[in-house]
Amino acid sequence: MISSEARRRLAACVALLAAWLLSSPASAARPLVLWHAYREGGAEQRALSAILSRFPGGQIEVLAVPFEGYATKLHAAVPRGDGPDVFIDAHERIGDFVARGIVAELPSPEPCASLAESAVRAVTWEGKLVGVPLSQKTLALYLNTAQVPDDPPDLEALFERARPAPGGVILAHASGSAYAHAPFAAAFGAVFLGPDDTFGLATPEGASSIELVAALTRRGLVPEDATPSLVSELFGSGKASAAIGGPWMAGDLRAPPPYRVVPLPRLRATGRPMRPLLTVEAAFLTPRGRDGGAAVALVTWLASEQAAELRARVGRTVTTRATPTSAERTDPFLLAFARAAAEAEPMPSRPAMRLVFEPTDRALRKVLRGDASARDALAEAAHRFDDVRRPLPPRVDATPYVALVGVVLLGLSAVAARRAREAVATGALRRSLPAYGYVAFAAVAVLVLVVAPLVAGAATSFFAGRGDDARFVGLAHYVTILTARGGALLGTGSFYLVLLVTVLWTAANITLHVLLGGALGLLLSRRDLRGKAIYRVLLIVPWAVPSYVTALAWKGMFHRQMGAVNALLALVGVEPVSWFSRFSTAFSANLLTNVWLGFPFFVVVMMGALTSVPDDVLEAAMVDGATRLERLLRVTLPMVRPVLAPAVALGAVWTFNMFNVVFLVSSGDPDGTTDILVSEAYRWAFAREAQLGYAAAYSVLIFALLFVGSRALERRSAS
Amino acid sequence: MIRRASAWELALVHAALVVATAFALYPVLWVVTLALSSSRVPEPTALPLPTRPSLDNLRAVLGATSSSGAWLFGRQLANSVVVSLATAAAGCLFALPAAYALARFEFVGKRTGVSALLATQMFPTVASAIPLYVILSTLGLLDTRTGLVVCYASTSIPFSVFQLRSAFEAIPRELEEAAMVDGATRLGAFVRVVLPAARPAIAVTFLFSFMSAWNEFILAATLLSREESFTLPVLLSRYVGEHDADWGRFAAGALVVSAPVMALFYLTQRHLVGGLTSGGVKG
Repeated sequence: MISSEARRRLAACVALLAAWLLSSPASAARPLVLWHAYREGGAEQRALSAILSRFPGGQIEVLAVPFEGYATKLHAAVPRGDGPDVFIDAHERIGDFVARGIVAELPSPEPCASLAESAVRAVTWEGKLVGVPLSQKTLALYLNTAQVPDDPPDLEALFERARPAPGGVILAHASGSAYAHAPFAAAFGAVFLGPDDTFGLATPEGASSIELVAALTRRGLVPEDATPSLVSELFGSGKASAAIGGPWMAGDLRAPPPYRVVPLPRLRATGRPMRPLLTVEAAFLTPRGRDGGAAVALVTWLASEQAAELRARVGRTVTTRATPTSAERTDPFLLAFARAAAEAEPMPSRPAMRLVFEPTDRALRKVLRGDASARDALAEAAHRFDDVRRPLPPRVDATPYVALVGVVLLGLSAVAARRAREAVATGALRRSLPAYGYVAFAAVAVLVLVVAPLVAGAATSFFAGRGDDARFVGLAHYVTILTARGGALLGTGSFYLVLLVTVLWTAANITLHVLLGGALGLLLSRRDLRGKAIYRVLLIVPWAVPSYVTALAWKGMFHRQMGAVNALLALVGVEPVSWFSRFSTAFSANLLTNVWLGFPFFVVVMMGALTSVPDDVLEAAMVDGATRLERLLRVTLPMVRPVLAPAVALGAVWTFNMFNVVFLVSSGDPDGTTDILVSEAYRWAFAREAQLGYAAAYSVLIFALLFVGSRALERRSAS
Repeated sequence: MIRRASAWELALVHAALVVATAFALYPVLWVVTLALSSSRVPEPTALPLPTRPSLDNLRAVLGATSSSGAWLFGRQLANSVVVSLATAAAGCLFALPAAYALARFEFVGKRTGVSALLATQMFPTVASAIPLYVILSTLGLLDTRTGLVVCYASTSIPFSVFQLRSAFEAIPRELEEAAMVDGATRLGAFVRVVLPAARPAIAVTFLFSFMSAWNEFILAATLLSREESFTLPVLLSRYVGEHDADWGRFAAGALVVSAPVMALFYLTQRHLVGGLTSGGVKG
């Protein structure tokens, strides 16, 4: 029994815990709230802190929101009034922001009075000024001064004159990124977003621009599979003579060789300049912010000359002042980016623009891997783009559905009532009453926390759109999914293809888990084995490691340039494998990760199951002259099967829904082919325009599949 | 009498087990080495061993501060601890009486209830993230510890019910019957006799709920947006984004985050398997 002293202390702890847990940060006098997505500790964040600390209007509550989830958080928080008063974001989202009512028109154009006219135009939507432009960002050419002494007049000249380090490349360029590809497309006269918001790159010019980059990669002038972080890594370590990067890259270079920055050159082949996309970063007022005057004072301060000086000097970004700040007149880095910005193409701010990137990234990678011609890959990208942009399903009359649900509920309650009557008659219900007292607590919790979200989720699948445009669409999502959105049944990204991959994924994993775990369990159960305890402890290490850590660690180990797996392969003379550029290798990488993650569970289950095999049965079999293999197949395995079966079923459900590994290791690469149903559903919900209803329909289908599948299994094992 | 195995056969068995153990430990070695290095990126070596050990990465992770100078890591550690403790506590509190009833009583609706509860476990966590997001934002609980606990409780309660049910079933009925003969009520017997007898199982359930909450990544990543409200898994995943990958810090953080749960895991794992297989649990 616990002493009363200990009990009192425990109660105090619990009370404290509850108090802290429930305390909300709400206070009476609300300070202004500002959101941004700058990296913590980066130059831009430091500049912002410096600017805000000099704001005469008082204390500001600043929130750094992760860049990946920035738009989603804004969409969720602002319309409900618990978002920021002011937020900083790129201008290209304004079309979307205006449509969702996230930004408010500036009460007067005053804050923009001394800003460059081109920048102000970028934050003007349908004649209304909705933001205060602060800085301009675009891509430029970083040159290693030792390896490229003279500024190349065109891109070809760079390749002719650069003297790269041994084993290095000439131009570090994130070739798989649509944003980085934009200057190449521009040099061929191709645009990302065509007239009437069509996918603009699916033209002969767009195809030529990709073919050029593919050719440069084949010739070893541009690195393969370069991500932005690899680009800065290569340039910063002198392994690339030049790099295409934005001003943010300078902050990522640690102890770089001497370098300088120039605007991107022209392309000799076409005679056109490589015009990158220009992003204008601006401060926006939310509707909440507009209503109080303080937020207007804040955006005015953010755009002021003093703030611009700090932004240029500390943050090293090009400002939007009509007359350049002193730093911008003297710092060659800023001068170069200012020139680059003047020549760049402002990013279209129509909502469709944001949907260009994912399909274009995929098309680029596909061509660079040599899996498709540029023309085919772009046609497919255009199809994907149209797919996400497809109009909402038409409104449907909800009456028949409501009637159906009513009838089903009525039927269910009739059955329940009949059962209850029977139970009352036999007295069973009366006898059950005390048990209900015990169960009530948990039942209510489960209803509220588990069943309600589930029902709400299922109900979402009958709706589409949001806000004023939300509508009941009946079974339209299900029809679209089950007809593969009008494409080929096993076309890229169709439900059936993803299902096939998921089934393959589950079957391969479970087979390997059971074989590996079972074999090790058998070995560890040998009587004559020494050091059993040590083996057991070490073998279950993978189970103890949190699965997201496992997934991220394996992702690092599969890294093409610095991963340990390729280093191991090099020992036996295998060329480095680019793991995530091919379905077979990416799937194997996921599989290996998940086998590592999951086999210890089966070792333990198998060892437990083997203790239920009595020795005398095995001895009897031996006396009967059964060989080892026969004893294993005829005696041991049949006896452990009943114990193993539920573990296998559980493992199958886990694997079917194993989001962490697929999402974190391959992220669906290449081209979304390794995505399983859950990660695909997640993408529809939290990327791709947040099509919640569509994603919910996916989830319901996953649930139905698992439910029917496990029922069938149960019935089979019961019979 | 089982035949004695020959020496070479045993050697073969050991060889197989050593290979498997090497497979199991290799990634751990990789992470530890990286954590103890001073670099941002791993060295591409086949045998990762800390050649020049350094605590730089560990120091950088543990000493992270926010823009306002607050000790960010401490804050996030506190978030993880509080959320995990509250989740585990909620799971056990709600589940204890229900699990007891399921183990001891026959009642109308028991079978339907249990299979319905099992069925809800097949709804993928990722899928319930969508309605949970909507519900939490309606209640204004996004980005709060309470909101996260509410989400995690939706997994920890069913899990605890199944775990504790099998624990109660293993306790002989005679114990409480004896107490009731001595004049105790059913509730009294439950509180005074059954609960103390089940203490080890309750501890295991509590610790396991604690660990799953501590390790949960995707809901936290979806529902939390402020650095001050992050739990440690979100912090770790942000070290290795596409635009800025700092593998050294990730590894150092992974070490710090994993070590305590691994210790807890070794304390509890022997008691885990039975409960897991008796009731489905989400991964």
